Amino acid sequence: MDTPKKPNTRGILDWFDPRGRNVGGWGFIINRLSAIGLTVYLYLHLYMLGKLAQGPEAFDAFIETAKQPAIMFGEMLVIIAGLYHGLNGLRIALNSFGIAVPAQRQLLYGVVGITLIGTVVFGVRMLTAH
Amino acid sequence: MTEEKWTVKFVIFRKKGDQPPRYDSYVLEVDPDEYVIDGVERIWAFHDRSLIFAHACHHSTCGACGMRVNDVEKLTCITKIRDVTTNGGSLKIEPLRNFPIIGDLVVDMTRMYAAMDRVHAKAVHPLSAAPLEGEGIRPPKDVPRNNGDEYLRLADCIECGLCISACPVAGTAENYLGPAVLAAAQLQGLKHNPDLLDLVDCADGLWRCHSAYECTAVCPSNVDPGWRIMDLRRQVVGERIKRWFVKA
Repeated sequence: MDTPKKPNTRGILDWFDPRGRNVGGWGFIINRLSAIGLTVYLYLHLYMLGKLAQGPEAFDAFIETAKQPAIMFGEMLVIIAGLYHGLNGLRIALNSFGIAVPAQRQLLYGVVGITLIGTVVFGVRMLTAH
Repeated sequence: MTEEKWTVKFVIFRKKGDQPPRYDSYVLEVDPDEYVIDGVERIWAFHDRSLIFAHACHHSTCGACGMRVNDVEKLTCITKIRDVTTNGGSLKIEPLRNFPIIGDLVVDMTRMYAAMDRVHAKAVHPLSAAPLEGEGIRPPKDVPRNNGDEYLRLADCIECGLCISACPVAGTAENYLGPAVLAAAQLQGLKHNPDLLDLVDCADGLWRCHSAYECTAVCPSNVDPGWRIMDLRRQVVGERIKRWFVKA
């Protein structure tokens, strides 16, 4: 009988499959989603900076567009993704030095908590500034 | 066992050769304190003799009956039906992920067995060779405990493959050693097995782990592969720092 070679996997779709996941698995899924979101944002940011090369009128017009509610909501998502991804990176770095591995679940709760607090603080500041 | 009877629908993954996969359903009357493997065996015995599945010891020693039960990796010989469904509910039974499917619920675990050989994993651990604290670990603070009382033995891996199936990155990195293998390497210790350093300290070794800890969640033997991978990282980082100060 020939030995089957192709593994039983759906590839990257399995990264995002939430069924049957535990706390650490959810942390992994959100980490991947935030990484993809931040990468997309990086290109949008570079596009925005490119407006600077087109003169002040083009940049000012873009800034007016950026004050639309949908764009502000997008900025909130960037803050959420940045906070979560950065803080979860610290959690994983600590664990990788053998520190607080049995408490990885509690650390993740802390990461989510600080992310939520930071998001609220940023949201209030953003709304009061406009 | 009790006199209680439940009606449960078993939804079984089926695949033979190059045929496309499908799911077959079987409604069984079961004792809820029976184990999932009992239901699968009954389907084979009374409904469909062509069903392929693996089992042997029926007491969580051989590691042969690992399957995905309602999307979660389980050793089916110690998973009670009442713990994974309800009366009138269903049980979806699928083969482990990240291994090639031989047929129906049986997978080819060569990937794991071959890697176990590479890290010198012992087939049998005599008690004298399986100390509680293992090599490279600083007891008692860093050794995981069961409910804070007893030290967990570090040689209890039954090579069931549940951890590799549950690992979200094992499906996209075919050469990744995987949680069970890295746990075995951690048990051997880098101090007395320096040849393991190059094997585990690489992109497809312990740095491929993305800390989802699903391996630890599904392990039926409390091996805690997630903790072991992190401890192995600590050992590797320690070795690297040591090399800065020690001349070759």
